[in-house]
Amino acid sequence: MQLGLAARDGRIVSTDENKTAPLAVRGLTVTYGEKPALFALDATFEAGVMSAIIGPNGAGKSTLLKAVLGMVSPVSGDIRAYGHPVRDVLDRIAYVPQRASVDWDFPARVIDVVLMGMARELGLLRPIRRAHRDRAMDCLTRVGMEHFADRQIGQLSGGQQQRVFLARALAQEADLYLLDEPFAGVDAATEKTIVAVLKSLRDTGRTVVVVHHDLATVSDYFERALLINTTRIAEGPVADVLTPDTLQATYGGRLAQAQLAQILG
Amino acid sequence: MWGLGYNAALVATGAGLLGAAAGITGSFLVLRKRALVSDAIAHATLPGIALAFLVMVALGGDGRSLAGLLMGSALSAWLGLLCVGWLTHATRLSEDAAIGAVLSVFFGFGILLLTVIQSLNLGRQAGLETFLLGATAGMLYSDALTIAIGGGLATLAALVLRRPMLTAAFDPGYAIATGLDVRRVDLAMMGLVMAITVIGIKIVGLVLIVAMVILPPVTARFWSDRGNRVVLIAGIMGGLTGLVGALISATAPNLPTGPIIVLTGSAGFALSLLIAPRRGLLATVLGQHRYQRQVHLRQGLLALAHGHPVYERFTLRLLIRAGLANPDGTATETGRAAAARALLDESRWQVLRADPAQEIAASHYDGLRPIETVLTPDQIAQIDARLAPRPLT
Repeated sequence: MQLGLAARDGRIVSTDENKTAPLAVRGLTVTYGEKPALFALDATFEAGVMSAIIGPNGAGKSTLLKAVLGMVSPVSGDIRAYGHPVRDVLDRIAYVPQRASVDWDFPARVIDVVLMGMARELGLLRPIRRAHRDRAMDCLTRVGMEHFADRQIGQLSGGQQQRVFLARALAQEADLYLLDEPFAGVDAATEKTIVAVLKSLRDTGRTVVVVHHDLATVSDYFERALLINTTRIAEGPVADVLTPDTLQATYGGRLAQAQLAQILG
Repeated sequence: MWGLGYNAALVATGAGLLGAAAGITGSFLVLRKRALVSDAIAHATLPGIALAFLVMVALGGDGRSLAGLLMGSALSAWLGLLCVGWLTHATRLSEDAAIGAVLSVFFGFGILLLTVIQSLNLGRQAGLETFLLGATAGMLYSDALTIAIGGGLATLAALVLRRPMLTAAFDPGYAIATGLDVRRVDLAMMGLVMAITVIGIKIVGLVLIVAMVILPPVTARFWSDRGNRVVLIAGIMGGLTGLVGALISATAPNLPTGPIIVLTGSAGFALSLLIAPRRGLLATVLGQHRYQRQVHLRQGLLALAHGHPVYERFTLRLLIRAGLANPDGTATETGRAAAARALLDESRWQVLRADPAQEIAASHYDGLRPIETVLTPDQIAQIDARLAPRPLT
């Protein structure tokens, strides 16, 4: 695997697996102004697996998720989820945005945010019933936040906010979970809780894709990794992908040898 | 109505209905952090009013048909709205700059047209200026009916769209990811405010209508932490503002209705700003002072428990006033007991916080809260068993 993938990529990849993969990206280019955030990116995320998207700041990790979900329009490229255009299967995809992307002083309680995850089934006018509330409470229990249901969201710590976002995604009962830096700035207990929830999702056949920034924990948490820096550097099982060469190619001079040694054990 | 004249009763009813509808639709705009868009919308109505007048005169009418003028105002407001959207989306201008540009260009053009109309000497142009600051003197039954129906429809639409509008306001990225067309939701949100503006300019005037859209929701935000309730309170607040303002302006001849309504709303806002529980200024200042005192007392007690001197004068003063310390800085009898309690409490918390399994209970730790308010007596007994047996001073 590793850098050798480039040769394989010369061919058109169109195996059956790619046609039905939870998420397959081909030739994706996204630019803000003139500078490409992603350039001709190919990536395939396998079903029932936890995958990490890894790269330095500004490598286009979050942009990849945003392009997948239609929050930014790509210049070119094909994005498919379960073999369909993403827009047609959004009900199978749950998204956990970066915690810092919203204003937490918004007038809402924790349970209100989780109920937002059921927007599709509630529609415009269907009343929120006991069953919906119970399900929202279940989701909060799974992230250890059941005692905070009536709290105003502004009173939560960073880790608690992150868990509320995860609970909202759980309420969608999706098959594919896309998380943008869920471990950024959270406490150790929250990180443990989130990892446990994600692993339980994977163990029930769901697919989990996480934009991740902590190289030290990649091999503990994930089976596969995608290394990007505007373009794809490497993709595959974590053990094959995390090598001095690929990390050097991804991070350039930013990783000291000592750090490399630590990450690679 | 209360012995008011027919006109005053009409105006009060119309203003109340308008205020309620404006408060409800404005809430979503404020929560979306786009309050100022309403100002651009309002100012962008002026050229439409003037052009509609000219067109109607050119077609041989007398140019003062309200329906025609409002139609014109709606068209140019919509154009202004599209301009703001386009400038923000397609250029590097930020939204506030786009709002400023559209507002001033449209308004300037409108004033120019008004001047032109005056110089045309048509003999019946008088009246268009009233759209600037509003006029209620000649309000008709049909005007009140227009407000009632238009405001009712806008309110109904806002209630139907409240979920997508709240989701888009809180987390637009997530809203898109769940398949919501946020651009269209935003357009609907601003279209509703535009409708309110158009039916409201006759009463309040286009310069001040923005106050009816923004003041009720920012006032309501002081009183609730829940989106739905903020919308509801804003509706009630807006309705009361319109009604009370109109009634006050009816108490004396020549009191302008629009400005009085806006001042009434401002009074409600100022009052809420001051006295609202938790978010109000008074509550915030008092809370900070109380908190500061508690922190000083606690730190003072812990210092006493450890036998450290209390350096800070404020702390010492608090301790002395509470009868916990003597003027020389030593602990009194009660002070020693309180200090020991504080230290025990702090030690228990440290044990609790070191235990990952107790994370939820530990999250209540703020340095002040007694552990008894979080744990049951047997849970505390368990912690005490794990407390390193060290002497408490």
